[in-house]
Amino acid sequence: MNALLALPVGLPVAGAALALLCRRSRPAQRAISTGVLVAVTGVALVLLREVEASGPVAGQIGGLAAPLGITLVADLFSALMLVFASVTVLTVLVYAVGQRGTDVHRGVFHPVYLLLTAGVCLAVLTGDLFNLFVAVEVMLAASYVLITLGATREQVRSGMTYVVVNLLASTLLLVAIGLVYAATGTVNLADLSVKLGDVPGGLRLALALLFFVVLGVKAAIFPLFFWLPDAYPTAPTPVTAVFAGLLTKVGVYLVIRVETLLFRPAFPGPSTLILAVAAITMLVGVLGAIAQNDIKRILSFHIVSQIGYMVFGLGLFSLAGIAGAVFFVLNQIVVKTSLFLVCGLVEHATGTGSLARVSGLARRSPLLAALFLLPALSLAGVPPLGGFVPKLALVEAGFALDRWAVAAAGLLAGLLTLFSMTKIWTGAFWGNPEPAAAGERLQLPGIMVGATAVLVAATLAVGVAARPLYDLSERAAAELLRPDGYVVEVLGR
Amino acid sequence: MTGPSRSPILDVGSRAVFHTVLVVAVYLLCSGHNAPGGGFIAGLVAGAAFVLLDAANDFDPAARRGRLPPEVLLGAGLAVAAATGLTSLAAGATFLESDFVSLSLPGFGTVKATTALVFDVGVFLLVLGMVLAVVDRLGEEPE
Repeated sequence: MNALLALPVGLPVAGAALALLCRRSRPAQRAISTGVLVAVTGVALVLLREVEASGPVAGQIGGLAAPLGITLVADLFSALMLVFASVTVLTVLVYAVGQRGTDVHRGVFHPVYLLLTAGVCLAVLTGDLFNLFVAVEVMLAASYVLITLGATREQVRSGMTYVVVNLLASTLLLVAIGLVYAATGTVNLADLSVKLGDVPGGLRLALALLFFVVLGVKAAIFPLFFWLPDAYPTAPTPVTAVFAGLLTKVGVYLVIRVETLLFRPAFPGPSTLILAVAAITMLVGVLGAIAQNDIKRILSFHIVSQIGYMVFGLGLFSLAGIAGAVFFVLNQIVVKTSLFLVCGLVEHATGTGSLARVSGLARRSPLLAALFLLPALSLAGVPPLGGFVPKLALVEAGFALDRWAVAAAGLLAGLLTLFSMTKIWTGAFWGNPEPAAAGERLQLPGIMVGATAVLVAATLAVGVAARPLYDLSERAAAELLRPDGYVVEVLGR
Repeated sequence: MTGPSRSPILDVGSRAVFHTVLVVAVYLLCSGHNAPGGGFIAGLVAGAAFVLLDAANDFDPAARRGRLPPEVLLGAGLAVAAATGLTSLAAGATFLESDFVSLSLPGFGTVKATTALVFDVGVFLLVLGMVLAVVDRLGEEPE
């Protein structure tokens, strides 16, 4: 089997073990985490190159042949996800190391963070429905620890909602997997994409919608997003950043993977139901964001709104739509994470993220203002930044299929996003600093600023490399809609 | 510390039972490859033995002195499990691929030893560490 597939999962687990064993030495833990994540990023890049050159790569854990064994498989979509995820996880780790107090708590942060990485990698690489459940659980179990890190009363309270909602969704996911197994006798994704063809149409649609709902909880799709804006802002910033940038996006990845690979025949054309859900998700998220007065809470509602765009692309079930959704997911990972990191810098320097209590930051630190402005404009989809291309692609794809209403909702949500970003900008960055702090430069730790700057540079790189990235997304979408190569690679026939 | 909540019956009984339970755990661990048992269950059983001992000591932290901290067990277990996976990869086989040797041990006859057992030992340590950590932490005051 191709070692490249096992390493992104095996290395973080081994690293977590080592980090647990030397939990008294913070320098050792930091060295282990950084080393492991650099290695994972390297492996992800090599894997992307290989998949890009020669199509999907598959391997069986333990050498047991599919469909009985556990399959790991990378196609373009998973390889792209892996690259973006590993870069993000690495940068946020550096940021967390730079922020005093994040990785001290009982030496637990590093092992759990590495396990979270292992879960994310496994979720995007698995070719097996049950193993997908395991990956999601590894990811979530780690996230339960991270979200309550420090164990303040407030964190435990909102953490409870998070845990209960996710446990319920996990149970339903298990039920859904059981039903699929009862209907087809297999849980291998490639095998399923063939065998689900023999399942009666009504049953297939029911299963498809069941998965849409269950994974929709993890992805925070309307009306199942209510847990997110409460849970995310209470955690330490690096944790929130990686959750915001990655976890819901992994949820979206799974929705796209399952609905295209498995249930493509259940959706012969654009699905009005999914498109309606997408439109409402976009608008409700952004309206929720406008109503908030705290930077972290505004950004948390934006997570929901942006998820709507990805679902919009999926609901079209066209090449252009899925390609737009793939690009959108990738761009969001870096944009959302960097916005949260900037928000963390603001909180770190001023002690609050409340728009009523900070102002005039641009004067006190022009660099910080620039670091906010670039990803914020990208989020709103202002050309020529990275967020513009996928939004344009999605709206165009919507018009091409005469889905005017949802495309219009997308444009409106984009405008409102710009408005709420302006709200943060005028509230926190523009204007005069409060008199007590006027003329005083902000004290920002160099490592944290450096990590944020690297990620902001990555958002710019997405904009610069929009053309090749869009081509890759289009090829990934083509693979998702026509998974012959994927199936042959996994099943060997 | 001998408080009113300490029961002499539990005290003596737990000490009598402790080692037997551990032997059962090891038996479950080794038999797990082809029969009911395995690292997970063995870890729970062994964990129960320690919890019983702790209960007899009224969960007095002083009585736990000298024991390995749960984090070390967790880390060691995870390390063993991950190492089996990566070792098979390094040996040119696939991730987590298992191999076995037949040994003839005096008194036991022919015994098949699989590398999956090593993985199971990792699971055993992990679960044992988890049980001890949970008992250790539950009900603790937040810092």
